[in-house]
Amino acid sequence: MAQSNSDIKYLTPIAVDTKRKKYCRFKKSKIKYIDYKDPNFLMKFVNEQGKLLPRRITGTSSKYQKKVAQAVKRARHIALMPYVGDLLK
Amino acid sequence: MVNQYEAVFIMTPVLSEDQIKETVKKFKDYLTKKGAEIVFEDNWAMRKLAYPIQKKSTGFYYLIEFKAEGNIIRDFEVAFKRDEKILRFLTVKLDKHAVIYNEKKRKKAKEEKKVEA
Repeated sequence: MAQSNSDIKYLTPIAVDTKRKKYCRFKKSKIKYIDYKDPNFLMKFVNEQGKLLPRRITGTSSKYQKKVAQAVKRARHIALMPYVGDLLK
Repeated sequence: MVNQYEAVFIMTPVLSEDQIKETVKKFKDYLTKKGAEIVFEDNWAMRKLAYPIQKKSTGFYYLIEFKAEGNIIRDFEVAFKRDEKILRFLTVKLDKHAVIYNEKKRKKAKEEKKVEA
């Protein structure tokens, strides 16, 4: 498949422009515990439909991605965050 | 082994003020009777739910943070399940990072209150 990257037409252009170094924001800002009780912080790790963002987009390390996933699932359980959101900005 | 736990539960919005106090008191007494020590309580009052639970779109949130033996948690949750006024509940064991986080948050809240007062 010698087709170069530019030939593939994406429906929505990928946000990642140049190859900038992704870093884990939790390691950088020394956050040790992700609270499942404040939804506005957790909204940063969820896309418009309310689904969890993958690590390749957010760049978080595996240890903290698990904590984020657990916190989001707990927040969904106690109805602080929707399971299926619609354009929640 | 005494651990620190955090229980959040949602009550149906149709309750009157004193019914809410009474249900909260019922769970707090249950905890103190079983020898748990309540560290912190927080009443988030009426909040909009992200999705309707049992056809209701708002609910009274209440949070209790307490230190307790591990074996009382199962019966505590059974008590939650039995009470039909409770829409949903979640008890979480807090690890050391969580405990530090909660203390810091409480300290900050107190400072803010002092600044306003």
